[in-house]
Amino acid sequence: MAERAQPLGAAGAVGIAAAAAIPLLILLATVAIIRVAEPGSGLTQADWAAIRFTLWQAFLSATFSVTLAVPVARALARRRFPGRGALVTLLGAPFLLPVIVAIFGLLAVFGRGGLVNSGLGMLGLPQISIYGLHGVVLAHVFFNLPLATRLILQGWQDIPSERFRLAASLGMDAGAVNRHLEWPMLRQVMPGAALVIFVICTMSFAVALTLGGGPRATTVELAIYQALRFEFDLDRAAFLSLIQLAITVFLALLAYRVLRHPGFAPGLDRPLMRWDGRTPALRLLDGILILFAALFLLVPIASAVVRGLPEVLGLPQAVWVSALRSLCVAGASTVLVVALSVVMALAATRLRSQGSWIETAGLTALAASPLVLGTGLFVLIHPLANPESLALPVTALVNAFVTLPFALRSLVPACRTIESEYGRLADTLGLQGWVRFRLVVLPRLRRPLGFSAGLAAALSMGDLGVIALFADPDTATLPLQVYRLMGAYRMDEAGGAAVLLLALSFGVFWMLDRGARRADA
Amino acid sequence: MLTLDRIAFRREDFVLHANGSVNGPGIVAVIGPSGGGKSTLMSLIAGFELPDEGRVRWNGADLTELAPGERPVAVLFQDNNLFPHLDAATNVALGVSPCARPLPAARRSAEEALEAVGLDGMGARMPGELSGGQQSRVALARALLTDRPLVLMDEAFSALGPALRLEMLTLVTSLLADKTVLMVTHDPEDARRVARQTIFVEDGEIRPAEDTGDLFANPHGALARYLA
Repeated sequence: MAERAQPLGAAGAVGIAAAAAIPLLILLATVAIIRVAEPGSGLTQADWAAIRFTLWQAFLSATFSVTLAVPVARALARRRFPGRGALVTLLGAPFLLPVIVAIFGLLAVFGRGGLVNSGLGMLGLPQISIYGLHGVVLAHVFFNLPLATRLILQGWQDIPSERFRLAASLGMDAGAVNRHLEWPMLRQVMPGAALVIFVICTMSFAVALTLGGGPRATTVELAIYQALRFEFDLDRAAFLSLIQLAITVFLALLAYRVLRHPGFAPGLDRPLMRWDGRTPALRLLDGILILFAALFLLVPIASAVVRGLPEVLGLPQAVWVSALRSLCVAGASTVLVVALSVVMALAATRLRSQGSWIETAGLTALAASPLVLGTGLFVLIHPLANPESLALPVTALVNAFVTLPFALRSLVPACRTIESEYGRLADTLGLQGWVRFRLVVLPRLRRPLGFSAGLAAALSMGDLGVIALFADPDTATLPLQVYRLMGAYRMDEAGGAAVLLLALSFGVFWMLDRGARRADA
Repeated sequence: MLTLDRIAFRREDFVLHANGSVNGPGIVAVIGPSGGGKSTLMSLIAGFELPDEGRVRWNGADLTELAPGERPVAVLFQDNNLFPHLDAATNVALGVSPCARPLPAARRSAEEALEAVGLDGMGARMPGELSGGQQSRVALARALLTDRPLVLMDEAFSALGPALRLEMLTLVTSLLADKTVLMVTHDPEDARRVARQTIFVEDGEIRPAEDTGDLFANPHGALARYLA
């Protein structure tokens, strides 16, 4: 009560307004969906099939990702070798990797005429098909095995090193270390990791779009897309959106409770000194595991690059135009994320202990999957304007909502630290308002802000979700363009466009993240 | 003259009472066991905390409602006295002009203040390139330049070694001779060395300022226990 009232400031007021507006917009979109959804239509057999497939593929993807990640993470935790840091960094890369590029790479390895099938053909074995359930699961494992590995590796790093020293001094072998140190940790970490991946996989639209389809491999999100784009059945799309919403909200709430670490936490490149597991057999096993994990990650990306690189310069003008369009969308989305996250973080800091709801408000944007939010906006816009004409702004907005929670996760604590370390000094010097922000906050916020901006730009650049709902044939973004070229079997051009997309996505991330670090030095 | 006029401050189960005044100029030490309220007292004078009752006055003028930056008070904290992303001269110049690129005049006075604390030509150094003692000197230079009559030092030199601390105290004595300096310290020896008067704080009770020599010659009950 007697605490000096922190002046909220204009930025703080805007931050509170923004934090309130986000759940409101989600609510508005949900209400719009509920109003349109036909109440009497009920669940058809196809709907049940879509729900079953969505949950089943997510379950398989999560199970495989986490099960395979445990030995890989253990190998990374107990081995030290040159390039280990680079490999751990690489495990974070799929987060930024445009889905459509990865799909192109996976097709080059596992698809018809790909590396694996050529090998099988030479051995006279039957061919495998990447389409359908196992293709969807394969792609999801490709994306989420690295995430699971990082989450579990974090668990390993969180075991205090004194415990390992104690184990070494007691002469424990690998089996005993496993029983006493590793298994208790895994029992805590694995369910959370599996749940997060399960949630991600229920919302992963682009994978289902490219590798799924048909009555046996359609997810709820894919069904929404088909209802909206091909059957022009808004009621049904809205109804399916409600189903998807119910699934994600339930799972997201569950995951939020279980998850302790974000998957890209820094500090994973610090190897522990370990004394157990020094037998040659275990060394060989770990070496093979690490090699396989690296190959599984690298070969598809490398294949896409090898296939597409020679085609880049000869790409048709339409691809370059769509690249420019994607850059504009990514730029707008980045500006939005930066502006929203900064004012919201400032507001959260000013409100002190009462400010935690602001981060939660940002999270609600994630509770509705991007495609459901897109459908809601489609329903809202439809009576007022042609949704196709607003395809790009809506995409930028929805993309911003996806990155916002990550940006807030890093900016809110950073702002709080700045305030606690330098707030009083700034107060006694009379630094307030813009001067305080410019002189004290911004320079110390540069790193997390650069990282968040890079994340926003890269995720928006590579997003193939809402844009597929809204775009007319003429206003494709680059990822959509790659998808369309693949659909038209123009694989050379698709490869070139995929490489361009890859370069742009990582390029914008690198520019913003490194740019901020350099200015910081 | 700093006057604490029947101040009461409550936070959960901690209560602080202060009533009395300090006459300047000169150094007044604030000693007492940790958790006794020394830092809270500083916060109340600096304006980081507001008292539940009572007023803080300086030469009769009521400061209680003023923001920290509007008070005639300069503060030296235990750490984080400098912004690590600004060079030494800019950090000092912030005392008179709040901008990242101070005007030439402000920069010149900052360099002069740095000279006064023995850091000639170090203005372009970043805080990370300075030793702990040098960082304290930069903060002192800013207090000097700000030219506010009341200076609060909240364990400002406690991270320094004994020799360096003595050096800084000597510097404070000579440079801030015309200011009223309230110096929180955990080492009674500091008080004996440089403080004209000493305030003993325990369990939220702020004892009146007494002559340091007299106080240490005849320590009363609580102080004797603290010094033992």
